[in-house]
Amino acid sequence: MSDAVVTLADGAGGKASRRLVEGLFVEELRNPLLEPLEDAAVVAANGARIALTTDSYVVRPLRFPGGDIGELAVNGTVNDLAVSGAAPLALTAGFVIEEGFPRDELRALVASMAAAARAAGVAVAAGDTKVVERGAADGLYVTTAGIGLLDLRAVLGVDRVRAGDRLLLSGGIAEHGIAVMLARGNLALEVDVESDTAPLNGLAAELCSLGPELRWMRDPTRGGLATTLNELAAGAGLTVAFDEEAVPVREQVRAACEVLGIDPLTVANEGKLVAVVSAAAADEALAVVRAHPLGRDAALIGRLREDTEPLVLAQTPFGTRIVDMLVGDPLPRIC
Amino acid sequence: MRYVDEFRDGRAARALAAELRSLAPEGRHVKLMEVCGGHTHAIYRHGLDALLPESVELVHGPGCPVCVIPLGRVDDAISLAERPQVTLASFGDMLRVPGGRRRSLLEAKARGADVRTVYSPLDALALARREPEREVVFFAVGFETTAPATALTLLRARELGVRNFTVFCNHVLIGPALRAILDSPDAEIDGFVGPGHVSTVIGTRPYEFVCRDYGRPVVVAGFEPTDILRAVGLLLRQLREGRAEVENQYGRVVRREGNHEALAAMGEAFDVRPEFEWRGLGAIPRSGLRIAEAFADWDAERRFTVPGRRIEDPKACRCGDVLRGRAKPYECGVFGTACTPEQPLGTCMVSSEGACAAYYAYGRHRRLEEAKA
Amino acid sequence: MCLAIPAQVVATLGDGLARVDISGVRRDVSIAFTPDAQAGDWVLVHVGFALARIDEEEARATLDLLAEAIAAELAPDPSEASDTVLLGGSGARA
Repeated sequence: MSDAVVTLADGAGGKASRRLVEGLFVEELRNPLLEPLEDAAVVAANGARIALTTDSYVVRPLRFPGGDIGELAVNGTVNDLAVSGAAPLALTAGFVIEEGFPRDELRALVASMAAAARAAGVAVAAGDTKVVERGAADGLYVTTAGIGLLDLRAVLGVDRVRAGDRLLLSGGIAEHGIAVMLARGNLALEVDVESDTAPLNGLAAELCSLGPELRWMRDPTRGGLATTLNELAAGAGLTVAFDEEAVPVREQVRAACEVLGIDPLTVANEGKLVAVVSAAAADEALAVVRAHPLGRDAALIGRLREDTEPLVLAQTPFGTRIVDMLVGDPLPRIC
Repeated sequence: MRYVDEFRDGRAARALAAELRSLAPEGRHVKLMEVCGGHTHAIYRHGLDALLPESVELVHGPGCPVCVIPLGRVDDAISLAERPQVTLASFGDMLRVPGGRRRSLLEAKARGADVRTVYSPLDALALARREPEREVVFFAVGFETTAPATALTLLRARELGVRNFTVFCNHVLIGPALRAILDSPDAEIDGFVGPGHVSTVIGTRPYEFVCRDYGRPVVVAGFEPTDILRAVGLLLRQLREGRAEVENQYGRVVRREGNHEALAAMGEAFDVRPEFEWRGLGAIPRSGLRIAEAFADWDAERRFTVPGRRIEDPKACRCGDVLRGRAKPYECGVFGTACTPEQPLGTCMVSSEGACAAYYAYGRHRRLEEAKA
Repeated sequence: MCLAIPAQVVATLGDGLARVDISGVRRDVSIAFTPDAQAGDWVLVHVGFALARIDEEEARATLDLLAEAIAAELAPDPSEASDTVLLGGSGARA
C-alpha cells in the first residue's frame, strides 16, 4: 500500500480509513474534544451539553433505490447525533456543485433533503454553496454539520460497556450498500433492494429511556456491522461474541451478497443502529425497539466478554470464526 | 429445494464430524490437502477446522488462482491500465493484489488509471462495445472453472467483430499444480479434497493419475460444510481400507466426463504455454493457458508490449512451504507481522482464500484458545 | 476456486442466454455450456455462465446420506454449542 497518495481504500470506513484518521488528522488536530473519536463530540456550555457532528456525502450515483444524496445527508447527520444520545436541534448543509449540473435536478435533491428534515423533526438552519469547474465534484458533494442536545437520561460511552452486556441490532443489514452498488450499473443484477436510509432519533430516544442500562450506540455505516463491532471490541477492551444466524438479513440481500461474494457484515447501512445494553435490561430493550416502526426486525445478537485479546467472534452453526474489520471497500469476487 | 441451505445443515455437519472421529486412524497423523481456495475459504468462514479430529490435519494447497499470479504479471496488468487509452476490466479479486514495489491496480486507479470491476468477461466485452473509443483489456484469471467463460467471450468478440477488446490471459491449470506438489521432496500429503467447481468443467478423470502414479486418494467435493466434511470422511475411509481412488462427492453438479461444450470452447480459444510461473511454486510446465493464434487480434500480449519482468518473492516469504503443506501459516516468521492481509508479502496472504489470509482473517483465535486451555 | 451459485432458470432468452433467479436476484447468464437448460431447471452459475445443470436426484441422494448420518449419530443439541462459545468456552468441539 502506498503512503504517498490517498486511495479509495482510505475512504471505505475500515482499517485504512482508521489509519488515515488516527495517523494524520488526529495527529495534527489533537485536542480533548476530538480524542474520544465517537460519532459526535460533546461540548459543555453554560450547563448545557451539546453534541456536535459533521459528515460529507459523496455517494455515487446521486439517486439510488430507496433514496438520494439529500435524504442520506439529513439522515446520516441526524443518526450520528442520535446514537450519541442527543436530540437533533438543527443542521447546516454545504453544497459543492459541479459546473453544468442541471438546476431542476439540484432542486429535486434539495427538496428531498427538506422532506427528510421534516420527517426527522429538524431544520436545515444554515448553508453554503460553491460551484467548481466541470470535472471536479463528480456532480455534487454535500457536507453537513449537526447539533443536538444530550438526553440526560442516558450516559453513553464505550468506557461504560461491561463484560456480560448484550448486543442489540435494530434490523436487517446490508441494504444500503448493496442498493448503491447495484445502482452503479456495472454488475447487471436485477434485485429488489432499497437503501434503508432513515432517521433514527426517535428510536434512539426510546432506548435512552433505559437510562444507565443503555451503555453505547452506533450506526454501522461504511464498513458495515463488522467494522462497528471491531471498534466496539477495541474501545471496550472486550471480545464481542455474536451468533451469525441471529443477525437479520433479508433473503434477497443475502442472495445478492452471495452472488457477488461479499460478506453482508461488511456492507454499509444507513437506517440501523447497534446498541449495547446491560444483560438485565436486554429483554426490555428488545421490546422497546421492536415496538418502533424502524425496529420491527430487531434482534439480540450477542454479548461482550473478557478475553486476553479482544476480538469479534461469530458463532456459525459449525464453529467460530473471527470477524475482522474491512480493509478497503467490499469488492465483488469470483473466487 | 434451493441447493444451498440444505447442505449447510448444522446438525448434519455435527453428525458427520462425529463420524470422522470414528474414522480417524489410530496412532497416525493424517494430512489432507484441499486444493481449491474456495474450500479454504469455506472451511475457515464456517469454522469447520474446529470440527476435525486431532489426528486429521487439513492443509491448503495452491488453489487460489489470484494468489499464484506472479508479481511481474500483476505489474504487467498495471502497466496496461496506465496506458491512457486503455480501460482495464478486472474481477474484484485482483484489485488489491500488490505487484513488485507493493503497488496494486487499486492504487493505479487512485493515480488516474481507468480500472473497472466486472462480474463476468461478457460484461467487459459489452463495455468495449458501449465505449468504442476505449481499448478495453480484460484481466483474465482463474482455473479451468473460469477459463471457458473467457474462451466463449473471445469467440463472441470474434463473431461480433469487436476490435477494441483484448484479453490479458493468466488462466492456470490445476492438474500440473497437483503433480508439482506430489513431485516435491518430502510431500507428505495423504489424500486430496478435489476442487468441486473446476471439476464441473474438467470432470473427475484428470485426477486419476494421482491414484495411479502416486497412490493417493482424491475425493471431489462441493463447497457447503456438509460436502467438505463428507469428503474428508470418504478420504479417511479410503485410507483405512488401503484404497486410492477418485470419488465424486459432488455428484449433483460434477460428472466424470466434465462439460463437453466448455472444454471445446477452451480448446478452440487457448493453447497451453510451455511453462508458466506460479508464485510460491516456481515455473510449472504446461500449467498455463495463452490465447491461440486464431484469436491473436484479441490477445493483449500481442497488441501491447508489457514489461514482462520476473520478480522474486521477498526472501522471508515461506509461501512455497505453505502451499506444499510443509508449513502452517503461523510457522512462517513474518506471518501477522511484516506479512498481513493489508500488506501481504507473499501469495498466501494475498487474497481472502489464500491459506495465510484465511487463517489470519478467520482462524487465528484458535491458537489463542488452545494456549489458554 | 470458485464462487459458483445455484440459480433457477426463469426463461431462456435465445442467443445462448437465459434469465436466472437466485432468491429474488435476477441476472442474465450465458447457457452456452448448458444448452439444454429449460425454464424451471437449476444451474450452477459462475462469472455470468451456467456451468452445469444441478441434478435433483443426485442432490436428494446426497441429502439422504446426511439424514442417515444424523440418524446414526446422536448429534448434540445446537444451543449447547452456542452458549459454550458465547460464555467463553473452547469452541464448538462437538
